[in-house]
Amino acid sequence: MKNFAEMFRRLDRTTKINAKVDALADYFLQVDDEDKLWTVALLSHRRPRRTVNSKLLRAWASEMSGIDTWILEESYHVVGDLAETIALVLPPPEHDYDHTLTHWIDYIQEFAKYDEEGKKEAVQEAWNGLDTTERYLFNKLITGSFRVGVSQKLMTRALSRATGIEETNLAHRLMGNWTPNDTTFEDLIHSESATDDISRPYPFYLAYQLEQPAADLGDPADWQAEHKWDGIRGQVIVRDDEVFVWSRGEELVNDKYPEYHILASAIPNGTVIDGEILPFKDGQPLGFNVLQTRIGRKTVSKKLLKDAPVILMCYDLLEYEGRDVRKLPLSGRRELLERIMEEHDTGGVLQLSPVFAFDNWDDLAAERETAREKFSEGIMLKRIDSAYKQGRKKGDWWKWKVDPLTIDAVMMYAQRGHGRRANLYTDFTFGVWDGDQLVPFTKAYSGLTDKEFNKITAWVRRNTVDRFGPVRSVKPKQVFEIGFEGIRKSTRHKSGVALRFPRMLRWRQDKPVDEANTKADLDALLETYGG
Amino acid sequence: MPLLTFNDNGIYCERADVYIDPWKPVDRALITHGHADHSRWGNKHYLCTRAAAPVIRYRLGDIKLETVEFGEVRTINGVKFSFHPAGHIIGSAQIRVEYQGEIWVASGDYKLEDDGLSEAYEPVRCQHFITESTFGLPVYRWTPQEEVMADINDWWRQTASEGRTAILTGYALGKAQRLLDGLDTSIGKIYTHGAIENTNEVLRKQGVKLPPTTRVTREINKKDYPGNIVVATPGAIGQPWVKKFGNASIGAASGWMTLRGARRRRGADRGFVLSDHCDWPSLLEAIDLTGADNVYVTHGYTAIFSKYLREQGLNAVELHTEYEGELAEIETKGNEETEKENAAADAE
Ligand SMILES: [Zn+2]
Ligand SMILES: [Zn+2]
Repeated sequence: MKNFAEMFRRLDRTTKINAKVDALADYFLQVDDEDKLWTVALLSHRRPRRTVNSKLLRAWASEMSGIDTWILEESYHVVGDLAETIALVLPPPEHDYDHTLTHWIDYIQEFAKYDEEGKKEAVQEAWNGLDTTERYLFNKLITGSFRVGVSQKLMTRALSRATGIEETNLAHRLMGNWTPNDTTFEDLIHSESATDDISRPYPFYLAYQLEQPAADLGDPADWQAEHKWDGIRGQVIVRDDEVFVWSRGEELVNDKYPEYHILASAIPNGTVIDGEILPFKDGQPLGFNVLQTRIGRKTVSKKLLKDAPVILMCYDLLEYEGRDVRKLPLSGRRELLERIMEEHDTGGVLQLSPVFAFDNWDDLAAERETAREKFSEGIMLKRIDSAYKQGRKKGDWWKWKVDPLTIDAVMMYAQRGHGRRANLYTDFTFGVWDGDQLVPFTKAYSGLTDKEFNKITAWVRRNTVDRFGPVRSVKPKQVFEIGFEGIRKSTRHKSGVALRFPRMLRWRQDKPVDEANTKADLDALLETYGG
Repeated sequence: MPLLTFNDNGIYCERADVYIDPWKPVDRALITHGHADHSRWGNKHYLCTRAAAPVIRYRLGDIKLETVEFGEVRTINGVKFSFHPAGHIIGSAQIRVEYQGEIWVASGDYKLEDDGLSEAYEPVRCQHFITESTFGLPVYRWTPQEEVMADINDWWRQTASEGRTAILTGYALGKAQRLLDGLDTSIGKIYTHGAIENTNEVLRKQGVKLPPTTRVTREINKKDYPGNIVVATPGAIGQPWVKKFGNASIGAASGWMTLRGARRRRGADRGFVLSDHCDWPSLLEAIDLTGADNVYVTHGYTAIFSKYLREQGLNAVELHTEYEGELAEIETKGNEETEKENAAADAE
C-alpha cells in the first residue's frame, strides 16, 4: 500500500492533468498485476464489499484514541470526511506494515467472516501499523467510499501509457460487468475479443452546454435537432438472446426496468441502442418526478409498472448486426436505427426520438421555449456527419437547455461544506417571504466561486444568530438568485414544494432583502410547472 | 469582582485600569505580541516586551510604547504584572496578573515546541488561564519541526533539480523567519517577498540571526530564480506578483495543511504542517502545567474545546473575542493583514 499511498499523495497535490497521468503511470509500472487490477477497479467505482458500518468505525476510533464520540463528531464536521477524521485522531502508529494493496483488500474482505469483536481487533491492528495517508485509504476501502478525483478517462490514459495498449481500445475493455474477484488483469486487458463479456457497453458520448449563440453553428442543414428528454440516459444491449440495460452512471439496471426484457426476443442479437429511459404513457412522456418513483426501487410492483411505465426514447445506434458502427456518420446510424424500429415490433418499448425539421435557428429557438411543457430539458444539437465519440467532447454535439426557473430568496441557515470546502460555509437554506415571516423552501450548495464562498463564509461568522450542531442560523440579510429545473408538490417539505437541481445563480448583493420573492410567487410557479 | 473581566474592548483589569490585547482603542494596553489581531492601532499607551517592541513600532508607527524585560514585575495600583515567554514568535509573551493571591495568565498565542528563534515557552502557575484554541481539535497533531523542515528542504531540492523555482508561504512575522532559519542554504539562494524582508530588517537590527536573503525586486532577472527558493506571504499567491517565477512549485506552511480540504483549497502544490500555535496534545499539556481550575477559551474552536475541558472537570468557559489567529489567514484571504502585505510588495 506504500506505492498506492504515494501515488495518492501525488494525485492529491496537483490539479494538472499531466502530473496526474504521470503519477498514475509511474504507479502502474511499479506494482504487480493484482494491484493494477484492483487500482483500475477502485478508480472505476468497483469497490470491495462494505463489511463494517461507519458507526462501528467511529466507536472503535474513539476507543483507540481515548476521545468521546461527540468530539470525533465535531471534528468530522470540521474535516468534512470521516475516513480522514479517523486517520487524524488516532494516536501515532506503533508498527510500520508494508503490504500490497491487494493484501489489504483481501484483509478487509475477510472481515465478512468475523464477528464484531474480531472485526474491531483487525481494524485497530491495521490502524496501529499504518501512517496517516495509509490509514485514510484503508478507511476509504472499508467504508467503500473510495474516490480520488481521477476520471476514468485519465486512468485509462495512464494505463495506456504503462501497457502500450491504445486508449480507446482500453476504455472499451474496462467497461462491463467485471470485478477483480472474477477476472485477472491479463484476461481483462489482453484477451483478444472485446465482446468476451457480452454485457459490455460502449462509453457514452456526452455533450457540453452550448455557450455561443446557436446561429454561430452555421448552416442548419448540417445539424440534427431533437429533444433532450428528461429521463435517465441509458444504453440497451441485445446479444446472445439476452438484454442488458446500462445507465449513464455505468450501472446495470436490468432488474429495475423489466419493461425492456421483451427486447431480447423482439430485436436482433448484436444491437446496441443509446437512448433515454423515460416514463411514458398514452403516447406522452411523463415528468421526471414519475421516474423518481422507480429510481432506487429494486423490486417493481404491478401497480408501479402500471402507474409509471418506462420506454426507451432512442437517440442513436452503436452496434448493428454485431458490428461497432460508431464511426459511421450520424445520418447513417439514424437510418439503420429507423430500419430496426420499422422491421421489429417492440410493443412500444422502443420509441424513436423525433427530430425537428428546421431551416432557421429562430424557429428552433421558439421550439426550445416550449420544451419544459413537454418534459424535455431543451434541445440536443448533433452534427449530421458526426461519429459517436466517447466521453464529453466539444464541437459536434451540444446540449441547448432551456433557461432555468428562478426565484430570489433569502439565506436563512448555513452549514460547512465537505471535502475541498470543509471549513467554508457552502450549504445554505433559503426562504421566501410569507407576510413578514420567512418560509424555508430549498437548500443549495453550488454555483458560487471560491472567492464568493470565502466572502460569504466571513459574513456568516459575523452574522450568526444561533447554532444547532453544525448548522448556523444567520441574520436574514443576503439575497440569492436560485435557479432550478423543475418544481413539484411535496409533503415532506415544510414549504410544500420540492425543487429539482436547485443552485445559486447569483449573489444579489444589490437587492434589498424585502424585495426577495414571496410564498405566493413560489405557488404561482408550482401552478404553472408543477404538473 | 474578578481581577480580570471581559468587555467590548477586550480583556480588562479594572483595579489597574489596563487592557490586555484590546481590540478597540483604550488608554493603556498591555500587548502580548505584534500580530495584527493582538496589537491594534489607536491605544494611548502601549506596554510590551523589549524583544517584541521593534516590530510593533514598525507596524503601528509613532506610538507611546514602554517596554519590560521577561520576568520583570510592574506594579500598577497594587496589581503585579509580569511578562513570560509564550514561544509563539520572537518577543511574544503570556501576561501574568496578580493581586492579593489571585493569579491570572493571559497567554495570547503560544506554542510549546522550542523553535530555536522565539524565547522558549515557560509554564506559569495560576488559578485562571486564558488560552487560545486555534487548533483545539484532536485532529491537529504536529510532527517535530526538524522533520517538517527536512521535508521542506527535500521538496526544495527536488524542485531545484527540475530547474524550477520553489515558492514557500508563511505569514510575514514569525512563520517566515522560522522557515528561513530552517532552510538548507547549500541548495540555493533565498529570495523574500517585500513584506517579509521588511520584517527581517527590523529583526536583524535587534540582533536576530537570519540566513542571508535577497528581496524580490523588479531589477532581478527572472532567469535568476529557478533552482532557488522564494519565501512569500500566503496572500501573495494568486497575485500577479508570482507570475515572474514562471512554472514554480508552491509550498504552504501552516497548521491548516493538516486537512486535505485546506491543502486543496489553498492551491498549493505541497502543504507542510507547521504552526506557531499549540496542537491538541500541547494545549492540554499547557493547561495541565498551569494548574488552573478556571480556563477561558478564546480564538479557535472555542465551544468544542471548552466543552471538552468541562468534561475533564475544569471550570471552562467560551469567550467571544475578536482574535483571529491563523484562522483569518486561511479562511478569508482578503483580510487586512494580507492586503497590507500585498500593497507593500506591489509598491516595489
Ligand atoms: Zn499571533
Ligand atoms: Zn492570535
